[in-house]
Amino acid sequence: MSKGICPVEPVMPTSWRKDNKPHKFCPGCGHGLVLKCLGQVVDELDLQDKVVFGCDIGCSLLAWDFFNLDAVQTHHGRTTPVMTGIKRSRPELICIAYMGDGGGYSIGVQHLVSAAARNEKITAILANNTQYAMTGGQMAPTTLPGQKTETTPYGRDPELTGFPLQGQEMVSAVCREGAYVARGSVANQRQLKSYLKKALENQLAQRGFSFVEVLSTCPTNWRTNAAETWEFVQEKMPEYFKLGETRRPADMRGEGLANG
Amino acid sequence: MTEKIIEQEKRAFLTGNEVVAWAALAAKADIMYGYPITPQNEIMHYWTRLAPRYDKRFLQTEDELSAGFTTVGGVLAGRKAFTATAGPGNTLMQEPVSMAEMLRLPIVVVIQQRGGPSTATVIYSQQEVTMTTLGGNGEGMRVVYSTSSHQELFDYTIKAFNTAWKYRFPTFVLGDGYQAKMREPLTLYDPESRGIELIKPEPYVGKPGTPGVDRAPSQFRNTYSMEEELLEIVNQYMQDYGEMAPQVAEYQVANVEDADLVIIGHGVVFRAVRAAVDNLRARGLKVGYFRPVTLRPLAVPQIKEVFSNSKKVLVVESAYGQLARLLKEAAYGTTAEFLTMFRPGVGITAEEVEAEVEKILG
Ligand SMILES: Cc1ncc(C[n+]2csc(CCOP(=O)(O)OP(=O)(O)O)c2C)c(N)n1
Ligand code: SF4
Ligand SMILES: [Mg+2]
Repeated sequence: MSKGICPVEPVMPTSWRKDNKPHKFCPGCGHGLVLKCLGQVVDELDLQDKVVFGCDIGCSLLAWDFFNLDAVQTHHGRTTPVMTGIKRSRPELICIAYMGDGGGYSIGVQHLVSAAARNEKITAILANNTQYAMTGGQMAPTTLPGQKTETTPYGRDPELTGFPLQGQEMVSAVCREGAYVARGSVANQRQLKSYLKKALENQLAQRGFSFVEVLSTCPTNWRTNAAETWEFVQEKMPEYFKLGETRRPADMRGEGLANG
Repeated sequence: MTEKIIEQEKRAFLTGNEVVAWAALAAKADIMYGYPITPQNEIMHYWTRLAPRYDKRFLQTEDELSAGFTTVGGVLAGRKAFTATAGPGNTLMQEPVSMAEMLRLPIVVVIQQRGGPSTATVIYSQQEVTMTTLGGNGEGMRVVYSTSSHQELFDYTIKAFNTAWKYRFPTFVLGDGYQAKMREPLTLYDPESRGIELIKPEPYVGKPGTPGVDRAPSQFRNTYSMEEELLEIVNQYMQDYGEMAPQVAEYQVANVEDADLVIIGHGVVFRAVRAAVDNLRARGLKVGYFRPVTLRPLAVPQIKEVFSNSKKVLVVESAYGQLARLLKEAAYGTTAEFLTMFRPGVGITAEEVEAEVEKILG
């Protein structure tokens, strides 16, 4: 209770472990916000006894003991196959694969796309912070044109290194009926929560693959203050990464695709 | 499923790959994950034909990284999971195996060695010894059984699941393209009817009860932020490995007491070595053989003994010194003259071994 400087304990999801909070992400990091929304959804769906949480290597590795959930930290890019392996062996478990944009869209892209194509009944959540954060801020497939990173010190030149990968659209393109695919943002947590909830409900209903890309923040490597961080995630990133749902199973409740 | 897979012991005439599929069934394996590569393909072919009849599962993955990591997932979920690969697939397999070493996950991997380096041949070799025993960025915390006949492929595939689940180290059955594709007679049996207890798997994750309510969450990591933390873990694992070694290390030895020369070979090459020893003895030459069955851990005390008591040792292998390198380390400090016969990627006959020995013993 004497941890930190806050005299009152903030309200945390029940599915969070309280003994190791405050968490280890940098201040202002988007990972914590994604995991907060995810924790709330796990609570609301009452899934604490069913979920197995897998995290990648990247800053997401810090989440291995984040929840009061059975969990495994895998290798960089390999969380999708590990969770696929668990699900194929024990279909009654709700398997969540949590990864970064480097893990999901670069080194592990074949796993993500293949799992989507096979309609694996798992939920993959990818935090897109436009670079490799854990290794010190190198260019990722998602780095914006002109964005400075440690390996594009003069800004990403699309002529040399291509344009930001439309990962969510790529996943969506190989998905079939039964899949749920959306892109949310830590800048709109209400919407993000609704996407995460549907992504888990879709697995519960055993319809098919569920995927949510989340536009996330990394003030440490972006070298941004609070206002600049928020501007980047809220204004800049959606110029390349369109928010909304691109796939929703026919029998999912509600009308049309929510492109909030 | 209470139905016995093999009701009665029966003689069969099968390919090695078929034998592996039957052995995995007999060992009560639950699920196979795999990616096609010659010469292991028929393990998947037979498994996919047999599996649905016994309520077993299969997943064809996008590559061997995925085959290995889904196998890791199957084991985490508490299922007897296995995969099979060869050559360049074995190269990719080393990454998931290293995760299995770090988390002490009893995955079972069947390797049917093919020529190397690179894509090389789809036929045969013993060139995956170094990689299978010591691959990955770690300390080689795995068990490797090198089989030399179809009966052994059956026996050791069953044993591999038990060793893996008992000691919680990833376990390999190391065969080769010849064993994979050849047909040979063997006896199929139900291990439990022979009094072999099959160790039951247990889940690492997805355990009963609600984490944080009825029990602590079951959580596993493979990264450590402090050098000292890692040192402690690795030291503990190596101590466990060392304690396991004398219990799992296996070998075969004959005619070494009065031998002027001891021939050493493993896997299918051992068949040529054994036949050569028989023939040479019949011609009055004092030769014996030693065969490591486990290539990791090796039967180190017995290897030292052989190297201490004989004047000359001839290592024969279908690789350029991969077994020899392991033996040199095990025999360090002994005095036998170390002779070699390396035929990387090609088969070795008894006649060739005999000719080599006659040259040596003049
Ligand atoms: C096979 C392999 N290659 C490289 C690395 C080094 N590595 C660790 S984390 C990381 C980048 C992570 O980036 P991302 O997936 O976007 O996650 P983030 O840290 O940005 O959240 C890399 C390249 C590794 N651990 N394993
Ligand atoms: S480096 Fe970036 S992504 Fe990693 S914890 Fe810090 S803010 Fe978050
Ligand atoms: Mg990233």
